[in-house]
Amino acid sequence: MRTAVISFPASNCDRDAYTALHQVTGQEPVMIWHRETEIPANVDFVVVPGGFSYGDYLRSGAIAARSPIVRDLIQKAGKGLTVAGFCNGFQVLTEAGLLPGALMRNDKLKFVCKPQSLSIVNGKSRFTSAYNGQKNVVYPVAHHDGNYFADKKTLDKLEKNGQVIFKYDENINGSARNIAGITNDAGNVLGMMPHPERAVDPLHGGTDGIKLFQSVLDAAL
Amino acid sequence: MSKKIKITPEIVKEHGLSEEEYQIILDRLGREPNINELGIFSVMWSEHCSYKSSRRHLGKFLTKGKRVIQGPGENAGVIDIGDNDAIIFKMESHNHPSYIEPYQGAATGVGGIMRDVFTMGARPIANMNALRFGEISHPKTKSLLSGVVAGIGGYGNCVGVPTVGGETNFHKGYNGNILVNAMCVGLAHQDKVFYSAAKGVGNPIFYVGSKTGRDGIHGATMASAEFDDDSEEKRPTVQVGDPFTEKLLIEACLELMATDAIIAIQDMGAAGLTSSSIEMADKGGVGIKMNLDKVPQRETNMTPYEMMLSESQERMLMVLVPGKEHLALEIFQKWELDVAEVGVTTDTGRLVLTHKRKTVCDIPIAPLADDAPNLDRPHTKTPERPVLSADEARAPDNYNDALNTLITCPDMASKRWIWEQYDRHVMADTVDSSQSGGDAAIVRIHGSNKAVAITTDCTPRYCYADPYEGGKQVVAETWRNLTCTGATPIAITDCLNFGNPERPDIMGQFVGCVEGMNEACRAFDYPVVSGNVSLYNETNGVAIPPTPAVGGVGLIDDLDVFTTITGAQEGDTLVLIGETQGWLGSSLYGREILGHERADDAPVYAPPPVDLAVEKTNGDYVRSLIKNRRVKAVHDLSDGGLAMSAAEMCFAAGIGAELKAAPSGVTLQGWLFGEDQARYLLAVDENSVNPVVSTAQAKGIPAQIVGKVGGAQLKAAGAFDVNLSDLKSANERVLPDLMKSKA
Repeated sequence: MRTAVISFPASNCDRDAYTALHQVTGQEPVMIWHRETEIPANVDFVVVPGGFSYGDYLRSGAIAARSPIVRDLIQKAGKGLTVAGFCNGFQVLTEAGLLPGALMRNDKLKFVCKPQSLSIVNGKSRFTSAYNGQKNVVYPVAHHDGNYFADKKTLDKLEKNGQVIFKYDENINGSARNIAGITNDAGNVLGMMPHPERAVDPLHGGTDGIKLFQSVLDAAL
Repeated sequence: MSKKIKITPEIVKEHGLSEEEYQIILDRLGREPNINELGIFSVMWSEHCSYKSSRRHLGKFLTKGKRVIQGPGENAGVIDIGDNDAIIFKMESHNHPSYIEPYQGAATGVGGIMRDVFTMGARPIANMNALRFGEISHPKTKSLLSGVVAGIGGYGNCVGVPTVGGETNFHKGYNGNILVNAMCVGLAHQDKVFYSAAKGVGNPIFYVGSKTGRDGIHGATMASAEFDDDSEEKRPTVQVGDPFTEKLLIEACLELMATDAIIAIQDMGAAGLTSSSIEMADKGGVGIKMNLDKVPQRETNMTPYEMMLSESQERMLMVLVPGKEHLALEIFQKWELDVAEVGVTTDTGRLVLTHKRKTVCDIPIAPLADDAPNLDRPHTKTPERPVLSADEARAPDNYNDALNTLITCPDMASKRWIWEQYDRHVMADTVDSSQSGGDAAIVRIHGSNKAVAITTDCTPRYCYADPYEGGKQVVAETWRNLTCTGATPIAITDCLNFGNPERPDIMGQFVGCVEGMNEACRAFDYPVVSGNVSLYNETNGVAIPPTPAVGGVGLIDDLDVFTTITGAQEGDTLVLIGETQGWLGSSLYGREILGHERADDAPVYAPPPVDLAVEKTNGDYVRSLIKNRRVKAVHDLSDGGLAMSAAEMCFAAGIGAELKAAPSGVTLQGWLFGEDQARYLLAVDENSVNPVVSTAQAKGIPAQIVGKVGGAQLKAAGAFDVNLSDLKSANERVLPDLMKSKA
């Protein structure tokens, strides 16, 4: 599987994503600079990494969502390319309109960083199939704007369609219905606030993240 | 314009220059300086930039060692950790700005220390801090704490460097002067370390980073004066940081450093363009000519004086190899940063500045550094303190209550409220951080199986009572903390925070602490490679307790073998290494239970003495046990003694423990709460108990079985018996409750 990571100015988890993808796929991911206009055609999986793209100015993810490479990302995602956005990447994907809803400031108005237990709500998605029925995972969270919001109709639809992939086991940021990660309608685009790429090594304190990447790899084969 | 300002004695005084200092300027110039020149001399000779009160004492420090590549005198210290890897680190204060504007003061403190590290070619891999606030009931403490923590997090999180550890104390001695000391650790290749000496004539000087504005003018001078009731008026001199620009600057500088375009590079920190250009020229033995019209400016009509003294953040100055200018232009434009050729190195030995086609400054560079005042301030030794007698070191009325009081005092309280606001995992190499409550953070060297252990420490209580013993203890505690992970301690950085050095008693504290620290550095072969001095931490004549914070760095050469505070299991035996006499003078128990600091004129008792030879023997032994995989968890004994150390180890494991009764000759309170030095608590499994204890005894190292891990209670025979989870929730509640309270 060919993977790629997009770097915006002040993406800061691009190296973390690179390292995790390299470890799981055994191949070096392609690093794509935000000013490039095209995702290489042979890429199967794109990660939009965490960080503070454009310093979170305007709104988290808002400026990155209008960068040249995201235009192509929107197009290719529409044609079925697998995309995952972690943390700031989730914010970029909502701002780009690839995922519904928005991420507001945490309800306690503070940055929160801790290992967080999540429930896998949909274990059959392209991003969770390798968990094989496992109900809970622990991934680190580290964000200031992770308070997921969407109107009731959207939330009902997300839940009904199995688009809610992860929920927090305790509400850490005010997110509607404890939502931590969702996919689009088609199921090929994932956005989530927690960091599975920082849970792929026993020295990270846990390896629950590996199977998320493994699921994508399995689906591509 | 500048030329029209007449230099009066009042203006000289406003610039913090003494009459003698001004006379030296007149002698060196052979004429009266203009306002720009006066401003430049003033900041270069400020306490902050010239270290005029401290320089002769800092010279005594051990600064060399077999792993030292660069000691003090550059932007940061550089040590060799093998495999062509170098660790570059430094700690620095941002005390005065953080008191006036806590968010920006702390944020720019973090930004500044990271620039010191990446200026030298290192990618920052970890941030640490050492924070001191006033007493928790003081009306300003809450807002200062929340502002400082948000500022540290706001900057470090955005730049994407994990904040992995630190320490936070609360004491009335900091009511009027908080301390914000930030440390950064970076990783470089040994053959790609960059220095600030601007060697060679005719080389282009480039300015990169943010534009210059009017913020922070005379910040260095502010940091060289006491506060009074009007200090709030100094708010405009606090700089404003932009971590987004810093992140771009890191990436752009590292990208340019990978080429061969840079001769010298220096960040613009205190005293901005002035100190960066003068330091580079002075070290390189050259002159500098700059055209200030070329300096990227954020505001209109800036004067030369403002441009030279501005402390706008996220700026760098560099000297490039002629012909390589295009590389800098391309890379900085890619990262959307300002870049401008502002000058050239010359053979005149002078700093010449032009502005609007006029020469606005023309002064020799050598006197700015060579003739900087180097004062021998009078200092008086801190009086010797009595040893707390056995009678006065009374037992608590109730041991359960005493345990609870200690574990919930602000200094011992869980700092989760603080560190959950810091991204501790970004870069995905954090192995251990504040989260575990352990002795030192552990950060892996990316792509390897090595790691650095990092700690920050200081016990101002001891330094106040006895600066010399306290100074020794600070260094010893960092060495002990690193040892607890199995790391080999390598070197330290320091941040020496004191009151007004013009007072002989304060200067005596400074000299005493430095001498004690140096003694310990030499005993451990543990050199000082960088540091910073912050004086005048005084408000209305009340000085802070002497606070020489130390950041220690050690190397774990194999991540298959290390320990943390976590890992004790049901049934493990607790072994105490080191001798316990039950020292309670200047202890946490003395302060919190015996009320030793309650009255202003309360007697001060001698702190625990530090036997450096014993420290070394005990520490080396513990490290060997870790290397031989004989221990499951390790924690040093410090504030609150055995009881606190055991409680923290139990918190980390989520299991209780039972401690044995005091050995004969030691009081129960001294046994549980005494702060004798050179001690470690180990959790050891059954099979290792005998080898651990008997080998120690064969080497003459005190080692005794002091209890067992297990159950839901934390017990000590004849003393306390409390539910561990109740104790932990009490410990966890302190800061959240404080921050929620309305007062």
